[in-house]
Amino acid sequence: MRNRSLLVLTAIAATGTLTLTACGSRASNSGSGGSGSGSTTVTIGVDAPLTGSLSALGIGIQNSVDLAVKTANKTNEVPGVTFKMEALDDKAAPQQGSLNATQLVGDSSVIGVVGPLNSGVALTMQKTFNNANLVEVSPANTNPALTQGPNWQTGTKARPFASYFRTATTDAIQGPFAAQFAYSTLGKKKVFLVDNKDAYGVGLVGTFKDEFTKLGGTVAGQDHVTSGASDFSSTVNAIKSSGADFVYFGGEYPDAAPLTKQLKAAGDNISVIGGDGNYDPTYVKLAGTAANGDYATSVGAPVESLPSAQTFVTNYKAGGYSQAYGAYGGYSYDSAWAIIEAVKAVVSANSGKLPSNPRQAVEKAMSNVNFSGVTGTVSFDQYGDATNKQLTVYGVKNGVWTTIKTGTFSG
Amino acid sequence: MHELPQNLVNGLLLGATYGLIAVGYTIVYGIVQLINFAHGEIFMTGAFGALSVYLGLGSGTSMWIAIPLMLIGAIVTSTVIAVLTERLAYRPLRNAPRLAPLITAIGVSITLQQLVWGFYPSAKSPRVFPSLPGGPFHIGGVLIQSADIFVVVAAVISTLFLAYFVRSTRTGRAMQATAQDPDTAKLMGINTDRVIVIAFALGAGFAGIAGVAWGLRYGEIKFDMGFLTGLYAFTAAVLGGIGNIYGAMLGGLVLGLVQNLTAIYIADIPGMSQFSSQSWSSVWAFVILILVLMVRPQGLLGERVADRA
Repeated sequence: MRNRSLLVLTAIAATGTLTLTACGSRASNSGSGGSGSGSTTVTIGVDAPLTGSLSALGIGIQNSVDLAVKTANKTNEVPGVTFKMEALDDKAAPQQGSLNATQLVGDSSVIGVVGPLNSGVALTMQKTFNNANLVEVSPANTNPALTQGPNWQTGTKARPFASYFRTATTDAIQGPFAAQFAYSTLGKKKVFLVDNKDAYGVGLVGTFKDEFTKLGGTVAGQDHVTSGASDFSSTVNAIKSSGADFVYFGGEYPDAAPLTKQLKAAGDNISVIGGDGNYDPTYVKLAGTAANGDYATSVGAPVESLPSAQTFVTNYKAGGYSQAYGAYGGYSYDSAWAIIEAVKAVVSANSGKLPSNPRQAVEKAMSNVNFSGVTGTVSFDQYGDATNKQLTVYGVKNGVWTTIKTGTFSG
Repeated sequence: MHELPQNLVNGLLLGATYGLIAVGYTIVYGIVQLINFAHGEIFMTGAFGALSVYLGLGSGTSMWIAIPLMLIGAIVTSTVIAVLTERLAYRPLRNAPRLAPLITAIGVSITLQQLVWGFYPSAKSPRVFPSLPGGPFHIGGVLIQSADIFVVVAAVISTLFLAYFVRSTRTGRAMQATAQDPDTAKLMGINTDRVIVIAFALGAGFAGIAGVAWGLRYGEIKFDMGFLTGLYAFTAAVLGGIGNIYGAMLGGLVLGLVQNLTAIYIADIPGMSQFSSQSWSSVWAFVILILVLMVRPQGLLGERVADRA
């Protein structure tokens, strides 16, 4: 008997460690660049979930950075410097992100990193990058604490890490923007809040709730769900009995799609509104007709509608990538390009040559980067946040995401 | 009261699916004392097998024809994979210390997940699973989807079949004999290797059925769906008494009920509202597991087996 319960215990312990052990250690193989033809090779690292349920977004980021690197090499953007991309998979897991950060820092050819996708992953990477003065530009992190410190909500903003930048807008704007849309444009007054417990989801729901209650709306109930679960019947029942007239979801589409599907199947035909994590074609594909009438806000203006993005869209198609660039493609391209611009500034300030230890100089140059990118003018404020604070509301109509309105949140 | 009947029904339906998977853990454990952690992935491959059959049939096929074929596809896929893993990964370790096959099982689990992720078309994001026509039905204030009826029918028929098989067929009795004492069973002329393969195949067949049920209920399947579900099903098997097939079903039902009810009703206890949510429901499931094991270490229906090791 004792033997059996011991076995059961080891079994439970073993599965627990499963989540921790799935990480290989790849030897870094890139040297500090060839000096053959007088050209220095530098690496732009990418950290994103390349496997797992968010891999569609992650691979879009990887491909877009790859496109930026290839474009820079083709146009000889920085004379004497050749760029190369090295992508690491963080599996959307914070502990893997931390390992990847160490690996990227250890590779002396890495001059800047694009990523990660998840705010929760970014939290574990920032310090490692900052200690090495290695610039990190995220195309997708929206949690405000990443740039403005943990006390941003009480008004004491302090930038925790000078090496962290992002091209995405924060949830400090996205949540309230959605709240105003729901309250004023849609006229909904009673919300049920659902989050998936990660830094992004909780942050988004928090900022939404503050603005929504300030406007006069009421919170009918709240639930936290496990990411990756399939059965949301208890949440659906809680929503139904709360009498809410819409659901605000903080999380990503792999959880939001089954939730909206099960909610509508249970006969509660109310809108699910989410953030940029929901804005993905897969959401509609998975939820089917249940997605009709749902909304999502996303950072920036729709890439397809921007005249500045036409070249990017054409080049991406011509690049022969098998996966779509996804919600963050334009931002990833701009993130990589910001690093390239910073390198260019460093090189031209150093009489046409890359200094022997360029990381700190690149970090300094980032704050002065200003160029016209895929998503509009790209530059960073004193916290490292994008100065471009546009957001767009999308709605599902007849099975496709359609643009409802683009705007900026003020006050 | 937050629609108590609906919550009970939802809990039982979830539990029935857990039960179908838990049967696989319990049969294999009963015979070779191996916790087959790859069983959750066997369940997942079954669902993907069914989806492949559906895609192969073309869109015009009636679901009444498609469902039996999908079930066959699921059962065949998961059984073949389970038998292969037994042959390649577990049999060479039959006489190794117990931890070795356990770790191997975890390795098999990761391998199967990655194989589906890497080689099944578009499996990198969740795949849409076909749904049953008809429904929903209102029965006394409870909303029942047509897929829910499938789950109930599948669970009842499978359990009855298993009970008949284990009790009344020669192979079933050979399985019981092997579970009680493999060495003596061997001396009595039972081919224990064959019995072990049958145990794996039987569990896998049930997992395949569960895979179809899961896909029909939730409308999507994904490469990593077996991990969490398999863990809950394993919990159900332990709760019901690992080694006992009825216990696996009962454990599944209890677990499903606990998860669904605690997610909603804990909030009604004053001061406990922060412990009530869909994500806390797994915590409560394990609290119940620990409480049950404290009173009945052998699980709800666990048998008093002689300590063999």
